[in-house]
Amino acid sequence: MNNTELRTAVLEALAEAVPGIELDDLVSAESFREQLDIDSVDFLNFSAALSRRLGIDIPDADTPRLASLDDTVEYLAARRLGDR
Amino acid sequence: MLRWLVAPGDSVSRGQAVAVVETTKGAIDIEIFHDGKIQQLVVPPGTRVPVGEVLAILEDSAAGESSAGIGPVESLLRQSEDAETAWARSEMDSVPPGERVHPRRRISPAARKRAEQLGVDLDTLRGTGPEGAVTSADVEQKAAAQRPLDGMRQTIAAAMARSKREIPHYYLSTRIDLEPALAWMEAENAKRQVRERLLQIALLAKATASALSDFPQLNGFWRQDGFEPAAGIHLGVAVALRRGGLVAPAIHGADTLCLDELMLAILDLVNRARSGGLRSSELSEPTITLTSLGELGVDCLYPIIYPPQVAIVGFGTPSPRPWVLDGNMVARRVVEATLAADHRASDGHLGGRFLRRIDKLLGEPEKL
Repeated sequence: MNNTELRTAVLEALAEAVPGIELDDLVSAESFREQLDIDSVDFLNFSAALSRRLGIDIPDADTPRLASLDDTVEYLAARRLGDR
Repeated sequence: MLRWLVAPGDSVSRGQAVAVVETTKGAIDIEIFHDGKIQQLVVPPGTRVPVGEVLAILEDSAAGESSAGIGPVESLLRQSEDAETAWARSEMDSVPPGERVHPRRRISPAARKRAEQLGVDLDTLRGTGPEGAVTSADVEQKAAAQRPLDGMRQTIAAAMARSKREIPHYYLSTRIDLEPALAWMEAENAKRQVRERLLQIALLAKATASALSDFPQLNGFWRQDGFEPAAGIHLGVAVALRRGGLVAPAIHGADTLCLDELMLAILDLVNRARSGGLRSSELSEPTITLTSLGELGVDCLYPIIYPPQVAIVGFGTPSPRPWVLDGNMVARRVVEATLAADHRASDGHLGGRFLRRIDKLLGEPEKL
């Protein structure tokens, strides 16, 4: 999976986790929480959706690295290289 | 009335969801209060009816006689007696974008006509008929979802104005060292898969529900003739909705659930509050409410009691603070807990003991 595909997967996981969320104006370098008004329940849903879609476990200690779209893609790219 | 989940001739049992209605609190599953057999559905989908209207005729299984099944809507909405049935949001919003568009879809002629009348865009609809066909009920439901939040706003306005007018609130606040609880939770979460992890709200809810079992004066309702303690602890959890407004559905018997069960119950409740599918009993039964603005950086909140309840517990954002522990200054994550209670039903002394009990329970998280 290249970064473009990872990016798509992240956006799909967000849309699945947070019903009714508007992603059109998402700035990829800025934090999800600031932009999207999501809370810890939304974020748990998001982590779970991402974990399931990509077939990887995301340790709790790593969740701060899912702060923005850019951060998340970077983290996932590093994870996939490491897992191989 | 959005749609029926049962048909004439179906046997139903107490607690079963029989219909979905749109109310000021969102799309709600209506549960039936009696066992029996559905004889006739009186109110067709898409109809707006006043509170107390007969929705269906139920044949009593024991007596074999017909009786009007008035109960559900009446009891659901009596809670918010100032409000009429109105329209807020519906389950349609929970459909992921990918599922919204069906390139070749079946739309019943009646649905097409109704969509035109109501100004509903058929491309945004998910059909629930055979093979995903769009039915008139789907169109009605979408039309309900498009209506503004006015109904919910009015419900909140009426309840909060009544509360401030009638309830002599007293407010108490205490700072709680949350470091032991959060450190314990983080160690637990490090061992767990995403889906099994705990959130801070679960610990706060568990401590509140457990503490409450020794303070029945805070758990119940103020009626015309005085305080009526509740039989169980049904903890209302305030959930902010994405499109504005909030609901506070109850976790039934919250004090009897272990921490993991309570966490799952909270997740389920929050997700259903935001995407539709709350049950009528969940909205009518809270005996006390918990509200947390824990993620907005708010230090402390002064909540307003939801009548006829007599207390509400609030938690601010835990944040690192200087804290004196055994004579030394250390950095700890500290949260401010607030109690607003009805002075007709209890006094500050009791409220203070209740907050101290919550503090004590959070200090021993492994026992929660």
